Amino acid sequence: MNRKSIVLGTVVAVVVAFAAGVAVFTNRSNQEVKQAVQTNSDALVRPHSPVFGNPAAKVTIVEFFDPSCETCRAFYPIVKRMVNASFGQVRLVVRYAPLHQGSDTAIKILEAARQQGKYWEALERALAAQPQWAAHDRPQPDMIWNLIDDIGLDITKAKADANGPAVEQVLRQDVADMQALKVDRTPGFFVNGTPLREFGEAQLKALVEQELKKVGAS
Amino acid sequence: MSGHHPIVPHGDGRHATFWLPLFLAWLLALLATAGALFLGEVMGKTPCVLCWYQRIAMFPLVLVLGMGLFASDARSVRYAMPLVGVGWVIAAYHLLVFWGVVTEGLVPCGKGSSCADADVQVAGVVPIPLLSLAAFTGILVALWVARRRAGRAGI
Repeated sequence: MNRKSIVLGTVVAVVVAFAAGVAVFTNRSNQEVKQAVQTNSDALVRPHSPVFGNPAAKVTIVEFFDPSCETCRAFYPIVKRMVNASFGQVRLVVRYAPLHQGSDTAIKILEAARQQGKYWEALERALAAQPQWAAHDRPQPDMIWNLIDDIGLDITKAKADANGPAVEQVLRQDVADMQALKVDRTPGFFVNGTPLREFGEAQLKALVEQELKKVGAS
Repeated sequence: MSGHHPIVPHGDGRHATFWLPLFLAWLLALLATAGALFLGEVMGKTPCVLCWYQRIAMFPLVLVLGMGLFASDARSVRYAMPLVGVGWVIAAYHLLVFWGVVTEGLVPCGKGSSCADADVQVAGVVPIPLLSLAAFTGILVALWVARRRAGRAGI
């Protein structure tokens, strides 16, 4: 019937317009992020950041990371495996993006553990128990202290360090860099400076492969 | 009279002059829905609580009015009206919150994005609640016209 085709035609037109809008918008924001990275390339890696893997690796995954973020938790073993399987060609640099309430406290605890060389142990404990302490409506990041009290930390010192100026400076710099690089969700990945735009495990692996090829490492 | 009494007033003839305003109302709902999804899913603006309530009123209109258009069923207007009314009231309230006439302390917006945030704007100028109110008003008027025309045709 004629009127039915009007209705269907309108639906098709709106869907097509929507898809075109998505394409235009994605393209434009990709450009913006690329530009942000180019003008702020020194904001990607700072000497203060935790590094996992060979520090001299040719390919660097920069991850803007939020300890309260479920997807960051899910990606942690994936990225770790990628670094471990790269024979020293890929490293991970952890930057902080405290986008959730309570994330800053969690980061401060992890950084305090890092000052005693127990960063990765503390991080893995915190991520494993994330569902308990990181409920987004009622975060209790101080619970992390209980989770890490048997990994050999001087807890008294760590509690002082967590609120110290060094940790505060790391956090402030990472937040400033996160904003400069237009990271608004976590995990935010950059591989050798190229932002991961289409999010996903396969896409991240493909981007790392691509960068490995570029540097002639594989 | 025979026992044949159609529940659904079908027809494309003189009985269906309500079709055009019904179509316009549906089109507005469709565009508003597409726009809301674009802002939320593509541009990544997190809908605040009041935005969600307006979405709850707006999204079903596409289906309810769409069904009405397909069957040329003027009674879809009756089923759509409560949604439009509720949506209109929430949009108007949201606009008052956005303009600061009503303080946000009255609204449970603490979590997620703020309903009074300047981020609730398109292109930095047009407040999204104003767009929403305009859409609900347009749909209301179009449906009112449709109902009058349907009424005149004896439905």
